Amino acid sequence: MLNRQGRPTTPGTSVTAAHLTFTGNKALAQIEPLIFETGRLDVTGVDYAAPKPFTSRLGGMERKNEIGLPGLSEPEAMRHYVRLSQKNYGIDTGLFPLGSCTMKHNPRLNEKIARMPGFGDVHPLQPVSTVQGALEVMHTLSHWLMELTGMDAVALSPKAGAHGELCGMMAIKAAIAAKGESAMRNVVLVPDSAHGTNPATAALIHFVVKAVPVRDDGTVDPKVVAELAGPDTAAIMLTNPNTCGLFERDVLAIADAIHAAGGYFYADGANFNAIVGKTRPGDLGVDAMHINLHKTFSTPHGGGGPGAGPVVLSERLAPFAPVPFVRHTDEGFELVEDSAQATQHGAQAFGRMTAFHGQMGMYVRALAYMLSHGADGLRQASEDAVLNANYIRAGLADLMSLPFGNRPCMHEVLFDDAWLKDAGVTTLDFAKAMIDEGYHPMTVYFPLVVHGAMLIEPTESESRASLDLFIATLRDLAFSVQRGETERFTGAPYHAPVKRMDETRAARSPVLKYAPPAPIAEAAE
Amino acid sequence: MRYLPLTQDDRAGMLAKIGVDHIDALFADIPADKLLSSLPKLPAHKGEIEVERVMGRMAARNVTASSVPFFVGAGAYKHHVPATVDHLIQRSEFLTSYTPYQPEIAQGTLQYLFEFQTQVAALTGMDVANASMYDGSTGCGEAVLMAHRVTKRNKAVLSGGLHPHYASVVQTLSEMAQAEVVSLAPDLLAGEDLLSHIDETVSCVVVQTPDFFGNIRNLRAIADKCHAHGALLIAVFTEVMSLGLLTPPGEMGADIVVGEGQSIGNALNFGGPYVGLFATKSAYVRQMPGRLCGETMDAEGTRGYVLTLSTREQHIRRDKATSNICTNSGLCSLAFTIHMSLLGQTGLKRVAEINHANAVALADLLDGVSGVSVLNTSFFNEFIVRVPGNAAHFVEQMAARDVMAGVPVSRLLPDAGLDDVMLVASTEVNTDEDRAAFVDALKEVL
Repeated sequence: MLNRQGRPTTPGTSVTAAHLTFTGNKALAQIEPLIFETGRLDVTGVDYAAPKPFTSRLGGMERKNEIGLPGLSEPEAMRHYVRLSQKNYGIDTGLFPLGSCTMKHNPRLNEKIARMPGFGDVHPLQPVSTVQGALEVMHTLSHWLMELTGMDAVALSPKAGAHGELCGMMAIKAAIAAKGESAMRNVVLVPDSAHGTNPATAALIHFVVKAVPVRDDGTVDPKVVAELAGPDTAAIMLTNPNTCGLFERDVLAIADAIHAAGGYFYADGANFNAIVGKTRPGDLGVDAMHINLHKTFSTPHGGGGPGAGPVVLSERLAPFAPVPFVRHTDEGFELVEDSAQATQHGAQAFGRMTAFHGQMGMYVRALAYMLSHGADGLRQASEDAVLNANYIRAGLADLMSLPFGNRPCMHEVLFDDAWLKDAGVTTLDFAKAMIDEGYHPMTVYFPLVVHGAMLIEPTESESRASLDLFIATLRDLAFSVQRGETERFTGAPYHAPVKRMDETRAARSPVLKYAPPAPIAEAAE
Repeated sequence: MRYLPLTQDDRAGMLAKIGVDHIDALFADIPADKLLSSLPKLPAHKGEIEVERVMGRMAARNVTASSVPFFVGAGAYKHHVPATVDHLIQRSEFLTSYTPYQPEIAQGTLQYLFEFQTQVAALTGMDVANASMYDGSTGCGEAVLMAHRVTKRNKAVLSGGLHPHYASVVQTLSEMAQAEVVSLAPDLLAGEDLLSHIDETVSCVVVQTPDFFGNIRNLRAIADKCHAHGALLIAVFTEVMSLGLLTPPGEMGADIVVGEGQSIGNALNFGGPYVGLFATKSAYVRQMPGRLCGETMDAEGTRGYVLTLSTREQHIRRDKATSNICTNSGLCSLAFTIHMSLLGQTGLKRVAEINHANAVALADLLDGVSGVSVLNTSFFNEFIVRVPGNAAHFVEQMAARDVMAGVPVSRLLPDAGLDDVMLVASTEVNTDEDRAAFVDALKEVL
């Protein structure tokens, strides 16, 4: 059927076999070269007038050689990075059930506020009288964090979760030193289910890491902790809820065992999103806990950062918090920036974690998130996150295996690969097949305490319809495994911008930057 | 609540499906007496209008850099960032993606990281760079620990020209990691004798150029002496734009180069987030902290990128890892990459020249003010000025006259007896009118 211009209005005969294109592009899926292959050394996409003649005062240290970096005009740069962005999966693309990472919705209001000139265009070393609003943000955020956790103090400056861990463990080390116990207290207990950052952090500052085996139900046994704890115990690093998606139900007994031995209770707050407004770490015996603002309080993950990892501290660790910190006085807000100054206020700051005052851009976003939710919304968010995870559990428990039985979980649900035994499909294959179905895979092979782990964290941002489709999709995949359709998995992903990547090749002979192709030798006459 | 899609009906239906009758049945593992019975003592939820109003009120209490003649530096710099940069980093697929653990659906992030690493290696004159650190100061701390791993020694010598916050970060980390630090006294005019501190016990020497006081240093002799004694030279910068004009540390023999990349692509943000740049020689790559992106192929032979050499990292090595770091500064490194791609070497050189020209112009004007003297013989876009009296007091008084004059050195070095010295920075954003306003305000307060 043609219209009057002769333009076809129906699809015509369908073609089943895809054909190769001249460009290698597949419509919206575009091949995109590196900027070093398309840019030119004499091009720039930023216009500046030449400076008026002047006498250089570089002390004879002028650069002699070219940098060797090409430039792009503005339209070229725009197209290049837009095309790259289209090869990425984000929360805004679809469900992102990455366990222990809390990939929740990132409200754009928070982006808008962080870009207010009053926050984005302010220098950290302006006179304090000109940044009272910035200090008020820090002060208010601290208040919310202390209230939600039931703790006595907060060190805002750590730049990420692992940096927060480092800060908390440094505070513990400083407290032990202040008691003159450094020589004897150097062991940190770390459950096998912990994030890798926990043992790495403890080892970095010369604690001896002692592993705590996890009992059969996926939690830590206080009796084991009591046996391992002694006069050499500096601390335990316990994630709660833990990485098996379970609340450590014996947390009070564990805290008691550690405290009885004279050690400190460090809590990894990565999974705080499950319990905000439901219980308070400060009521559970915790001495220090970092909070990933980029998880629980929704500052964007940004492809791997920047994050922020403030640490809340108990009364006995509070004096050791690092500089800087904000004080509220009758004259306004002041900033305590060095240890000597901190001492004047009765503190024994252990030092400094970073230049300036930490991740202000993240403080602003996190505070906007908190104000938006309020006390009621924050508790509701945690309840919904836990509800959603359990809904997925209920929807899949008959097909996939739950290593610790079909019991309620917190905000993430952990499956293992027992149900894939002898199927010819691995956890990784299953994850890659999810990509073809339009989902980002769950966390795989973590935690290490179960075989072929699949850790699913839907977050509170998903609607029931979204969860229903996700469950139906995983059920379909599971039935496919049962039917022996292994190719659907082992060759996956089939529909991503690239096929499965060869990670071994990358590690064997690392290519870590662009090198221009070697000139082709001219053929001899 | 606008961010939560579930309705009360949904919740009831889902609980039924799960087989429990109340939400708290799912929280049954929390000790009953620790389950909160009431809401936290915090305000209730707010709409967008109210949140924007509350936050806007706080924002309005800060004086913004663009609103006044602005000369504050000391490790963070006011530069112009093209509008394209901020638009692109807000693309959903960049903003809301995670660490690229599933490379097949993260080639966008991985390819820009590969471009970033290439740019940083070229700027610093080094073989390889990682996918970025939290910021310059934490990168500096990690560089020192890396040098200890490479040399199997544990003593670092810090130049007196190192940014005091960077020195504090190194000091704190070293103290905790039971490593030794020798910090030289604040070195206003790059006159210190670093060479005499280098011997077989030293793991690394940490030198900044342009240094904290703005002086440009030649690192060649220090590198040579380090290498003769089996030590490493760690070169630091806080103003990456200087590399548009200056000999890169790699060409002076540096073994590790680490610095702050904020000036390219990133706003001031009251101190963070920023982006740490970290580069080294190929021989040391397996001792490097942080993430690395590498080129590889997919199953069909198509070029692509993955995170690589992760056997160094905490999620594999746990307590044997090179560092506890598990993120980079993703979005800030993207901003850097885009801005740098727009500049190219041609644009970077030009904007660096303008920075230097503006600083020279300001220095010449200040030298003409009676009682005031510029102390540096060399500098890039920042220098120190001696004033007749308390610099912190003058800076405060000038701020009251709507001129942000700089940073009193005593704010970062309270006990150094440098109360009459201030650090002044000038970048491409400053105009003749800004400089005139600076001089007028200074004359008024002197």
